[in-house]
Amino acid sequence: MKQPDSLNEMSREERSPLAHLENEDLMPLPAPLDSPAKDHNWTALSEQTRERYECGLDDTCAVSVPKPKNRQEEDELVAKFLSGLDKLFTQENNWTFLQPLVLTMEHCAQCQTCSEACHIFEASGGNELYRPTYRSEILRRLYFKYVQGGGLLSAWQHGDIRLNWPLVARLIELSYRCNLCRRCAQTCPIGADNGLVAHELRKLFSQEMGIAAKELHDNGTMLQLKAGSSTGMNAEAVKDNIDFIDEDISEKTGIAVKTPWDVEGADVLLIHNAGEILAWPENPGAFALILDAAGISWTLSSELAAYDSVNYGLWYDDAQFARVAVKHAEAARKLKVKKIVLGECGHAHKALAVIADRVLTGELAIPRESSMTLLRDIVMSGRLTLNPSRNDFPVTLHDPCNLVRLMGVVEPQREIVRAICPRFREMEPHGVDNFCCGGGSGFAIMSGHNFQDWRFHVSGRKKLEQILNAFSDCLEPETPKYICAPCSNCKGQFRDMLAYYRLWDKHRILYGGLVELIVNAMTDVKPGFIEWEWH
Amino acid sequence: MAIVLSFAIYGAALVFILGCAMRAWKYARMPVHLRWELYPVPHEEPELVGHGGSSFETLNWWNKPARFHLWGEVRFMVPEMVFLKGLWEFNRRLWLCSFPFHFGLYLLAAAAALLLVTPERWSWAYEATAVAGSALAIGGAAGLLIRRLATRELRIYTRPGDIFNLAFFIVTLCLLLAAWASQPSGTPGLRTILGSLLTFDSAVQVPPLLAAGLGLAALLAAYIPFTHMSHFIAKYFTYHSVRWDDSSVFRDPDLPRKIAQYLSYRPAWSAPHIGANGTKTWADVAAANPAREGKR
Ligand code: SF4
Ligand code: SF4
Repeated sequence: MKQPDSLNEMSREERSPLAHLENEDLMPLPAPLDSPAKDHNWTALSEQTRERYECGLDDTCAVSVPKPKNRQEEDELVAKFLSGLDKLFTQENNWTFLQPLVLTMEHCAQCQTCSEACHIFEASGGNELYRPTYRSEILRRLYFKYVQGGGLLSAWQHGDIRLNWPLVARLIELSYRCNLCRRCAQTCPIGADNGLVAHELRKLFSQEMGIAAKELHDNGTMLQLKAGSSTGMNAEAVKDNIDFIDEDISEKTGIAVKTPWDVEGADVLLIHNAGEILAWPENPGAFALILDAAGISWTLSSELAAYDSVNYGLWYDDAQFARVAVKHAEAARKLKVKKIVLGECGHAHKALAVIADRVLTGELAIPRESSMTLLRDIVMSGRLTLNPSRNDFPVTLHDPCNLVRLMGVVEPQREIVRAICPRFREMEPHGVDNFCCGGGSGFAIMSGHNFQDWRFHVSGRKKLEQILNAFSDCLEPETPKYICAPCSNCKGQFRDMLAYYRLWDKHRILYGGLVELIVNAMTDVKPGFIEWEWH
Repeated sequence: MAIVLSFAIYGAALVFILGCAMRAWKYARMPVHLRWELYPVPHEEPELVGHGGSSFETLNWWNKPARFHLWGEVRFMVPEMVFLKGLWEFNRRLWLCSFPFHFGLYLLAAAAALLLVTPERWSWAYEATAVAGSALAIGGAAGLLIRRLATRELRIYTRPGDIFNLAFFIVTLCLLLAAWASQPSGTPGLRTILGSLLTFDSAVQVPPLLAAGLGLAALLAAYIPFTHMSHFIAKYFTYHSVRWDDSSVFRDPDLPRKIAQYLSYRPAWSAPHIGANGTKTWADVAAANPAREGKR
């Protein structure tokens, strides 16, 4: 395993990667993926990519920052970085996270307790580059040197670091090697937060230097603010698609479903991750069916961005985050709904219900609720007739970090699954101690160059281990198995990772949402709502 | 000599208190940040805390009155502060050094309190607490230092100041312990000497070892608030103002006013899509749509 021996390697002018992983270096997986030799080979970055982009960190490249043409350009970029660094620590520019950031900068005891908690660090076989504090310590040293004035005494007390363009370029990439799951922060005896550091670094790069992963910015928030959805669907397209879903679901279940649009005065404005509409249409279909059957007054909105709950700004840019959140709230205000209910999307939950709490005030303070809570109320109140024996297959529940550790919605989804899935088994650990699926912070939608190889081998590895362990008693292909993942991004990661390791083909491990399990158990519905087909 | 030490002790105490207060004030006056809590939040309803749930688990949560369960926080904080429970759970090997070190310091603080509030005839209690505290803290600090030097994962991140800080504790406490151990019989005890110093009794004879130990201890106390070792202050904020701060605009009537003030700040971020031009406020930035204004 190649790994850095010191923090100063980040400033090395020569651009060969600081870290390299072979399959043998990685955390071992249980059967049937227990042979590193049989694991996929990593696709190497092409020479052309390495020549064109800054890829001097490790085996992959997430952001594709073009190489500056000359020293002058490099110096200009470093100057921009420094001006952004200053802004990160002023309240006018960063009131949103200043206090937790300064606390984290000034009070890490370097005890490394957090490392054990990080699935990326563990999966990489303990590669130093992926230690949660590696990234943080670089920012910390820059903070003391350039924001706090530095000097010899400061270098002695806080450590020194050499700032140059190679360091900044590597730091850009390194800020995209963290799922922002904050499992590390949960174990820190001081309360320092390495996930926050990655978040704030991404913000500095985006808000000052205009550098962000294309999938999050150009094809993410910008597309959402332009077309209405990061999928690119405008209002007409989304209505067409929902019409099609209504028809399909009505036919499949034998219950007529008609999704309501823009109903003024409805109790509930439901906002889906629009990715569901394209990739997993049975999910919005199942929602419509359940809400109708439960007699809920609800609607979707066709306002710009209000039919897509995603808010990628959460992961890299406060301004973009606020803009999308405001659009969501404005749509609800316009329709005069009583509350917004968030569909099965973890980061959308945290973005709108938790983080935006202190952005949306006055008329925009429309209550937001998790669909897990509403669904639990519907299921447990007996408003649907459910037959758990229809779900008589092994089911495990994935906890999206944004729902559990970062929002405290832990039990509602469990109560439902326990009630309707007789062969439910937990992953270990679960709830607020869960592991990220490996697709968090935008990784699930990022696949440039060979980033997927890193995402499956490293960031998703711990979750893969958990899944295999949860189903270790029934891995045979004759038994279909279901990972219930009430989050679009997590589902995206599962879809790609299960396919990569051929776990559907060979072991019949499928993934899907929570509402599909509910509809599958509804006695009014034709049996077999969950189709055991790969999708 | 004695009078210098008397001033050093009071001066150090003053610097320590002022330094800590300044640090706390610096954090306390920072703006209320966006919500960034981590569950479990122990002041939540007791039936939720067990599994880490929040009020979001309750249907129409905003209609329910927010209840703050102080007892939940106390139940978390006391074992954390006294026994470093988190470290026990997540990093047992480090706990074996860190706990004696911190507990030793608590005993030393308790000894200082005993000195002020107990009569002369209780010197034995004072001395026993101080000696046990010093011994534990020295052992713990030595363990921490050895771990730091011997473990690769810690060494990479270790700065000269870290070694110095631990060594500072060890040397200071060793001097004090040696001063106690080497008191000739028949001379005034530690308790008596310290009592005299605190009352500016310039006639008291302070043995050289004790004078050196006290001098260093005064310096150390004055130094701590200006280093990351003041994490006992930071920890209040990382827990109460970050990890456990789940206050919401729906429930805290003060929040909207504060947020309105922050939204009137004028950001200066340079990326074109932000659209900050020196006059726009955060509220303007949040209301803008760069994708429909043809920028970036
Ligand atoms: S936030 Fe998650 S992925 Fe990032 S360093 Fe912490 S534990 Fe690792
Ligand atoms: S972030 Fe916390 S757990 Fe990690 S090294 Fe720093 S003090 Fe220790």
